[in-house]
Amino acid sequence: MKDMDDMLKYLGMNSWEELFSDIPKDVWKKGIDIEAMDEISVYRYAKELAAKNKDIFDMPNFLGAGIYTHYIPPAVLEIVGRSEFYTSYTPYQPEISQGMLQVQFEYQSVIAELTGMDVANSSMYDAHTSLGEAARMAYRINRRKEVLVPENLYWEKESVLKNYIAGLGMSIKKYPLNERGMVALDKLQELISEDTAMVYVENPNFFGVIDEGVDEIKEMMGKAIYTIGVNPLSLAVLKPPADYGADIVIGEGQILGNPISFGGPLLGIFATRKQYVRKMPGRLIGETVDADGRRAFVMTLQTREQHIRRGKATSNICSNEALCAVFSVAFVAYYGANGLKELAKKNMDNARMLMEKLRNAGFNAPIFDAKHFNEFLVELPKNPHEISKELLKHGVHGGLPINAGCYRNVPNSMLLATTEMIREEDMDKLVSALKEVS
Amino acid sequence: MYQQAKYDEPLLNEIKGEEEKEISVDVPDKLKRSSLNIPNLEEWQVVRHYTRLSQMNYGVDINTYPLGSCTMKYNPKLNEEIAKWFSYLHPYQEESTVQGALQIMYELQEMLKKITDMDDFTLQPAAGAHGEFTGMLLVRAYHEYKGELEKRRNVLLPDSAHGTNPASAAMAGFNVIEIPSNEKGMVDLEALEAATDDTTAAFMITNPNTLGIFEEEILEIAKIMHKNGALLYYDGANLNAIMGITSPGIMGFDIVHLNLHKTFSTPHGGGGPGSGPVGVRGELVDFLPVPIVRYDGEKYYLDYDVKHTIGKVRSFYGNFGVMVKAWAYIKRLGGEGLKNATIRAVLNSNYLKERIKGYYELPHKDLRKHEFVVKPKNARALDVAKRLLDFGVHAPTVYFPLIVHEALMIEPTESENKETLDKFADIMIQIAKEAEENPKLLEEAPHNTAIKRVDDVLAARKPVLSWKDKR
Repeated sequence: MKDMDDMLKYLGMNSWEELFSDIPKDVWKKGIDIEAMDEISVYRYAKELAAKNKDIFDMPNFLGAGIYTHYIPPAVLEIVGRSEFYTSYTPYQPEISQGMLQVQFEYQSVIAELTGMDVANSSMYDAHTSLGEAARMAYRINRRKEVLVPENLYWEKESVLKNYIAGLGMSIKKYPLNERGMVALDKLQELISEDTAMVYVENPNFFGVIDEGVDEIKEMMGKAIYTIGVNPLSLAVLKPPADYGADIVIGEGQILGNPISFGGPLLGIFATRKQYVRKMPGRLIGETVDADGRRAFVMTLQTREQHIRRGKATSNICSNEALCAVFSVAFVAYYGANGLKELAKKNMDNARMLMEKLRNAGFNAPIFDAKHFNEFLVELPKNPHEISKELLKHGVHGGLPINAGCYRNVPNSMLLATTEMIREEDMDKLVSALKEVS
Repeated sequence: MYQQAKYDEPLLNEIKGEEEKEISVDVPDKLKRSSLNIPNLEEWQVVRHYTRLSQMNYGVDINTYPLGSCTMKYNPKLNEEIAKWFSYLHPYQEESTVQGALQIMYELQEMLKKITDMDDFTLQPAAGAHGEFTGMLLVRAYHEYKGELEKRRNVLLPDSAHGTNPASAAMAGFNVIEIPSNEKGMVDLEALEAATDDTTAAFMITNPNTLGIFEEEILEIAKIMHKNGALLYYDGANLNAIMGITSPGIMGFDIVHLNLHKTFSTPHGGGGPGSGPVGVRGELVDFLPVPIVRYDGEKYYLDYDVKHTIGKVRSFYGNFGVMVKAWAYIKRLGGEGLKNATIRAVLNSNYLKERIKGYYELPHKDLRKHEFVVKPKNARALDVAKRLLDFGVHAPTVYFPLIVHEALMIEPTESENKETLDKFADIMIQIAKEAEENPKLLEEAPHNTAIKRVDDVLAARKPVLSWKDKR
């Protein structure tokens, strides 16, 4: 290109190689063996690959287990698609970034409203890493090293937690659930000690159960930190965890308006009480004023963060999931309080309808005698992984297969999720296919 | 002159909507929510609110965005479109129903291997810092397996390192030791050698470093580490400077993380999501997180059978939506295109440096890679940054790296041509002159943005962190 030649000449160079004269010749590379494709070819190739997948519109599926396929309104996609938002960097220059800063402040506010907590950060990577960060924060608060988690904590979450706390020498201990799939309060009480840094309770939990004991746990805590894991949509109809004593609330924000996108990007919710704000990880947006006294927003309390504190920061997080937070706040704004409540109800109603259809067909569903949100276990007569594969032949995808023995008191079963994307005809398809292959 | 949109836009909860309604739901009475303070608006109200906010924001689609170490290159629209076709897939679907998605991950792993000359990759980490943390967990697991974790407690890094480096090493439980830079802006080899022994777990370095200077002694550095049984870690945030010219593998690195949201053109989204794949060599492949996508000649599958795996660092398989965009970018450019991007990025950086170096102080040596650091002769870096905004260009990174006082760290990327670089250089030169003739213009800047200079001291002294905390 002409302008390249001009620029090299300006630098007094004869060839581009001179730009790299400081790189020793013995580390030069012989190019990269990847073929280029023109734009239409990439487009066509990607279309072919997309056609090899079966998404929820091609074949209904009943998968959840932490993230859920919800409908994303085009208005939300339109807002997130504003390139002023998605092509911006972290708002290091607040004067030219007020739009994104206000959106992030609104996101923090919406999470504070849903959870009832005083302060939410402007995102972690996902619910799993939020849990890891919560345990580390508990250690910073009380210097204790044991984390109590439910016996049905999903193995992936446990593995992430273990990796997050290894460097602090912390350990994990499990507390049992009772026969209704809720926290066994007496057993939990016995396990809490002066070593307990944090007690983690999920509501609804991994089995979809709404736990009725959550408001009796705070009084057992002593100096331990009480952390609740939530499905944020359930908070449209369930009491905010702040009301039953939560010190930290984490959850999966994908549920609020983010495409499920094969598991990522996701959005880690992280909220706490004001007294702990300086111990918390992640970016915070605060309100202030500009030189003319007008309302303005800016990243604040940054002395907790890695770019200032380096090795002594509360976390190493830098890039977060800011755009996923835009999805979430736009989704919440689109539905409003009334719409969110209706949506939560629709999810719950669907679960109840599917349970009834399964029971009518002779299945044990749900396995636990409890109120569920939008997910529950159905008992199956044989290996659930085999059943899951056989269902595909009937044009329907089941839920997450769970082998007998994975969890105490849980036989061969499948974890079924029912969002608003599931129609009655999809349920009928699943139930009749299940009957056939069982 | 530039003028950004300026609205007195209310907060979401200040917009008037419909009344809240009660509904009856099947939840235990004692856990029933009584009210939810979120307004009930019409779709058009919501769209107008956020569209107006977007107009008070600055993205790389608007103009030059030379934030050092952030690689704010253009994000091709093709990639955005393709990623949408994979929106409604659940990660736990049976493998036979997600072959296309798995193929994209597999091809991306293979292409990243070719670019970096590493033996294997995990795509699981969600961001660069998360990749660093994953890398440090691999360092832990490796030394633990060798029975040496007890004594190998130290991670070394240069004083010019990104802040995430020491934070990630500390999070994984290591002590952090900083190695000083020499007068050329490179790692002081003697100091490094003196600090390295059998207590050293790893040395983390980015090359070129944050001054934009290539560490010419990199092979010697690798030798020092390996001689002492320590690992060499590559912070790939600055890969845009060397892609196709050299690679972490050739330079002797054991672990590398890449930022797909920098070098591989995926948008930064106002702070994220990113994606921070980690590549490793030799024995370290046995420690990678699970699963990794494999191909058996007929189908793609998720391999959970990694001998000494560290387990998981995040749920599912990573930021898949970001991976699709990076995959499309690499496919489109090919190896030669990636190399040309690097050449152009380094040319742009050196050209811009040459244009302004008479007006700003350039510490250390002359030849730079994808970025360079200068300092104003007679103004604060902060004031120069704010004044730049008035001209409708974004400011460089300021006050980093810490080893240069009043640093302005400039990375133009390959997505600029001589014309836009000349414009930016002219603005920088004009501001240097203003600093002498009319310093108030800088001190009171910006004038043309949605708001005037913010009071960040007030924000920290009396934190208002949600609309519940009214001032």
